[in-house]
Amino acid sequence: MVHWTDKERSTVRAVWEKLDIDQIGPEALARVLIVYPWTERYFGGFGDMFTATAVLNNSKVAAQGKVVLKALDRAVKNMDNIKGTYAALSRMHYEKLNVDPDNFRLLADCITITVACKLKGDLSPQTQATWQKFLSVVVEAMGSQYS
Amino acid sequence: MLSKREKDLIAEVWTKLIPVAEDIGSDALTRMFATFPGTKTYFSHLDISPRSAHLLSHGEKIVLAIAEGAQDIDQLAVSLAPLQTLHAYQLRIDPTNFKLFSHCMLVALAAHMGDDFTPVVHAAIDKYLSAFAAVLAEKYR
Ligand code: HEM
Ligand code: HEM
Repeated sequence: MVHWTDKERSTVRAVWEKLDIDQIGPEALARVLIVYPWTERYFGGFGDMFTATAVLNNSKVAAQGKVVLKALDRAVKNMDNIKGTYAALSRMHYEKLNVDPDNFRLLADCITITVACKLKGDLSPQTQATWQKFLSVVVEAMGSQYS
Repeated sequence: MLSKREKDLIAEVWTKLIPVAEDIGSDALTRMFATFPGTKTYFSHLDISPRSAHLLSHGEKIVLAIAEGAQDIDQLAVSLAPLQTLHAYQLRIDPTNFKLFSHCMLVALAAHMGDDFTPVVHAAIDKYLSAFAAVLAEKYR
């Protein structure tokens, strides 16, 4: 189990409270699809994603981005049991959606970059380090049921 | 593969960063050291505390090298030959570190540019930094 210091807990919470989920989610997912276009393979039912503009204007991408960030909210609220929180979601991404777990890290990196665009200097190097520690636990948990 | 438009965009972004090369480069390095402490091992001979003289000058060198390469991306393999030799033969940086540095450079740019660091700019810069890192790592074996 991951041990969190009080400072780390309050840092993750402080970052989270500054974010608008409805803005960060769609943008972060759009960044993954635009920067790493091979991730589009999982979203065949989402319609037009041929250009960056199409991805950014795709309402299904936006809706899915919000779904992902709402799931992240559960991790923020259950920092001591992120693995358990995501067990079913991990199994679903493995068995049903067949998502290559390397993509979780790509998404996490795009979330961090989207957060940096919004918080700018407030995402200091030390804050970034703690935030990415949190996301790396999320990534690990999302991959935990692959076996 | 970078399109002509992407190459122009990359050159434009990096040219604008030249006046703030010290700030951007040292911020990217400080982010890398904080988030991936293992990377500090390569710099044990330098004072890399935030805003130290070494950190600022090293950060500036890195950004200027990236900005210069952006002027003629097709020639990276040639123009980077000295840096390639340095990183592969003298410094022997484990090549996985290039990804960590590239990510931290992207975060530094995002924090500096805010919403101007659009997904399209992000994609172009990410591809360019990967190409740059691939050249630096090419000589390893
Ligand atoms: C932090 C990582 C992630 C979290 C927390 C997350 C969370 C979720 C959630 C909550 C759902 C909805 C599940 C349901 O309907 O019950 C979902 C669906 C889905 N996820 Fe993820 N996800 C993550 C990463 C990824 C990545 C990286 C990909 C692929 C590149 C992916 C592909 C999908 C797909 C294809 C669906 C089904 C979408 C649909 O057709 O409605 N997920 N995800
Ligand atoms: C795109 C990525 C990188 C670029 C553009 C870059 C660029 C440079 C430049 C321009 C120099 C100065 C060369 C000189 O003084 O002649 C340098 C030196 C150096 N680099 Fe890199 N570098 C990169 C990645 C890395 C990584 C990932 C590491 C290690 C984690 C690293 C470690 C070093 C070290 C230890 C030195 C020598 C510093 C000194 O003693 O002054 N570099 N790099």
